[in-house]
Amino acid sequence: MFSLRARIILESSFMAAFGTIALLIAFALAGYNLLAGILALRWIATGQPAPISPERLADTARRAGIAGFLAISAAAFALVWSVFANDFSITYIMEHSNRALPGAYKFSALWSGQEGSLLLWAWLLAVYGFVLRLTHKTDVKLYAYAGTILAGIQVFFLAVLVFAAPPFALYQGVTPDDGNGLNPLLQYPEMVIHPPMLYLGYVGFAIPFCFALGALMMRYPGEKWIKVTRIWTMVTWLFLTAGIFLGMHWAYAVLGWGGYWGWDPVENASFMPWLTGTAFLHSVMMQEKRGMMKSWNVWLIFSTFLLTLLGTLLTRAGLVSSVHAFAQSSIGTWFVVFMAIVLAVCIFTYVLNRSHLKTEHHLESLVSRESSFLFNNLVLLVACFVILWGTLFPVISEYVVGNKVTVGAPFYNRVAVPIGIFLLLLTGIGPLLPWRAASFKSIRRNFVLPVIAFWVTVIVCLAVGVKPWKDGALDQGNFYALVAFAVSAAVMTAILSEFLRGANVISKQTGRNIFTATWLLTRRNTRRYGGYIIHIGVVIVVIGLAGSAFNRNVESELALHDKMNIGPYTLECVGFSQDSNLNYNSEFALLDVSSGGKKAFQMSPEKRVYLITGQPQTMVAIHSVPSWDLYVVYEGTNPDSGQPIIKAYLNPLVGWIWAGLVVLVIGTLIALVPSLSPSTASLRVPVRTGPGTTPGEPALKGGRL
Amino acid sequence: MIAPKRGDIWMKALQAGILAVAVCFSLGATDASSRYNSLNHRLMCTCGCSEILGECNHVGCPNSTGELKELSAGIESGKTDQEILDGFVVKYGAVVLAAPTAHGFDLVAWIAPFAVFGAALLGTILLVRRWSVGRTAPIAVDIATLDPAERERRERIRRDTGE
Repeated sequence: MFSLRARIILESSFMAAFGTIALLIAFALAGYNLLAGILALRWIATGQPAPISPERLADTARRAGIAGFLAISAAAFALVWSVFANDFSITYIMEHSNRALPGAYKFSALWSGQEGSLLLWAWLLAVYGFVLRLTHKTDVKLYAYAGTILAGIQVFFLAVLVFAAPPFALYQGVTPDDGNGLNPLLQYPEMVIHPPMLYLGYVGFAIPFCFALGALMMRYPGEKWIKVTRIWTMVTWLFLTAGIFLGMHWAYAVLGWGGYWGWDPVENASFMPWLTGTAFLHSVMMQEKRGMMKSWNVWLIFSTFLLTLLGTLLTRAGLVSSVHAFAQSSIGTWFVVFMAIVLAVCIFTYVLNRSHLKTEHHLESLVSRESSFLFNNLVLLVACFVILWGTLFPVISEYVVGNKVTVGAPFYNRVAVPIGIFLLLLTGIGPLLPWRAASFKSIRRNFVLPVIAFWVTVIVCLAVGVKPWKDGALDQGNFYALVAFAVSAAVMTAILSEFLRGANVISKQTGRNIFTATWLLTRRNTRRYGGYIIHIGVVIVVIGLAGSAFNRNVESELALHDKMNIGPYTLECVGFSQDSNLNYNSEFALLDVSSGGKKAFQMSPEKRVYLITGQPQTMVAIHSVPSWDLYVVYEGTNPDSGQPIIKAYLNPLVGWIWAGLVVLVIGTLIALVPSLSPSTASLRVPVRTGPGTTPGEPALKGGRL
Repeated sequence: MIAPKRGDIWMKALQAGILAVAVCFSLGATDASSRYNSLNHRLMCTCGCSEILGECNHVGCPNSTGELKELSAGIESGKTDQEILDGFVVKYGAVVLAAPTAHGFDLVAWIAPFAVFGAALLGTILLVRRWSVGRTAPIAVDIATLDPAERERRERIRRDTGE
């Protein structure tokens, strides 16, 4: 191994050597951070006499972590530089780039292969670590624990980069003039941001994990560690959410099959930590407000981090077959060993310190806000189990009975979709229940409107033709869609009525109109109402997903001026042609689309063949309106007639999915903004003085309603 | 004239709702059966693309066209769905099915999620019941014993929230 590293350093181009040395320095610094941190914290915890001041040693460890960020940044810079410099003496650059590759995609070559994406992971971990170590004054001891644990994770990733998957390894033989180019599927704008977003989410969960483990190790008193990690967790969750949705949009726009989620193992791998992370975000509220579910929360965040590692393992090790998975490689063993170590450390720490996690309160009623959080967590975890089970069942089946099976969309549609709808239902029920216990009167009052909305939606849907029965048998897709629409309507009504109830109170107090009152209400408790907005986003997404039950498509070979019909649209072929540039050759059709007898717009679906790889790529043409997407694919040409084959899809409500994401992001950002404190509220909210009120009163109520 | 009880109104509303749903269920004609679509969504493309057969559309796929032709031939020859699927399994192996079957070890795939869900649900309910047993209800505060400011505050909350 040493001779290989020495050869790389001696023979490589300057940037390759620079990058390799930077990685080695980062590895050494992370190692020092870990060891010095452990020693210092041990000395501080036991009070043993130490040859040097433990506080100073801990600070040198922290500074090593900061320096490590600079070193990894240098390595990442070296790789990006080498891509732009077309340095094909580096194997990774040769395999994932070429001279004609556009600049943005050269940048994305950083994460298009195994070594580069591991470097991206290590760099993002270093970025998070850099921020963590810079903000250590918030709580020096807790941050020292978290920083040391983080250094342990960094040591692992850097060890993989240095010993198992070196990104600066040299090409064996004569350096080629050009590289193999980037996978055509990755040459799409979303691919420039989807992987970094997803990685920011994956990697980010390491931070709350470090805080949780650190707080448990030091038997940290109170719930401050949760408050400290709240922003980290929410930001991470936001990145992961955005990453997943961007991936869906990429699949929709590039793969050309008319769908956006295929239950591919790697898609599942990104979804599992999202589910446990979402459960964590909900259950920490129980700990903050009532001192409950402490052990549960700790294990939720442990599980979330372990699932991010599992996701990486699935992607890297070829454990399951997936369109995303990289070729089988030895680094799978590294990840399995690391996951085992992490799990062992978590179990050991928990067993040693579990007495510290005794709950302060118990649930008092099955019908309460607390129990709704509990059931919400239960359903999220069951959903996570279902997806993990479905993902790993082919491996389990092969191991147990020697028979490999496929677990695809039909399995998840039958098992995971009902669970998802139940979860959506809880989304609506939870906010309507009070803490501790609910009276029958309050339940009846709060649930009347949502129940009415549910049944009205069922009736309307049935009346417009959304029938769950087809030829005397249950139509699964339509049935789920009907239930999803109805539950969505109920949940939306529940959330909006919560807004309205609060806004009415403020409106009465301040004399402002209902919209301003709603804004003030949200500002006064950004976390609660931001959360509700996130739920609205989820409802919108679910409505969009339910639309897939009504997808339809038509395929036709079109000669010049031939027409095809789908839904309200008529597509007329007005031309087909070819084009080429340095990167690819393309064939495309020009289609005039008319609706109601009038020409409405033009679409141009395209098929590219990349010159370097010879791989074809579909560029779908999409016309999106709120009610549906017209999605047109150029499938190729008939070899006999030379005419283009066009497949058109009419996908209802797809735009709602992306709109839901926007609402979800807005809600999360609002929840991240601090609420108006009573003092600031008093400055900003003019008070209508009336009987029973005094000018100062609303300010005192500022935080909570 | 005697005013109807509130409970009666709710019961009538419920009956009307159920009737409306039943009427809507029976409205309109159903679409013709589409066995072909249903079956091609229960099979996988065997080229290695990991896509459902009915949705595999990548250019130049060596397998999907042949598989779809076999499926059409199976339907035209009058075979049942199960016979067609069994034929595919014999030819391509069990991986050609998009989901596990309901026989043998495959059944575990279907049972486990619901078993885990049921067990977790039951466990949670039992846990909450155990926690809540023996707990006394919050003691009602005699409003008369409160000081005037607190009384006024409670009254305002009651007014504002419509309690």
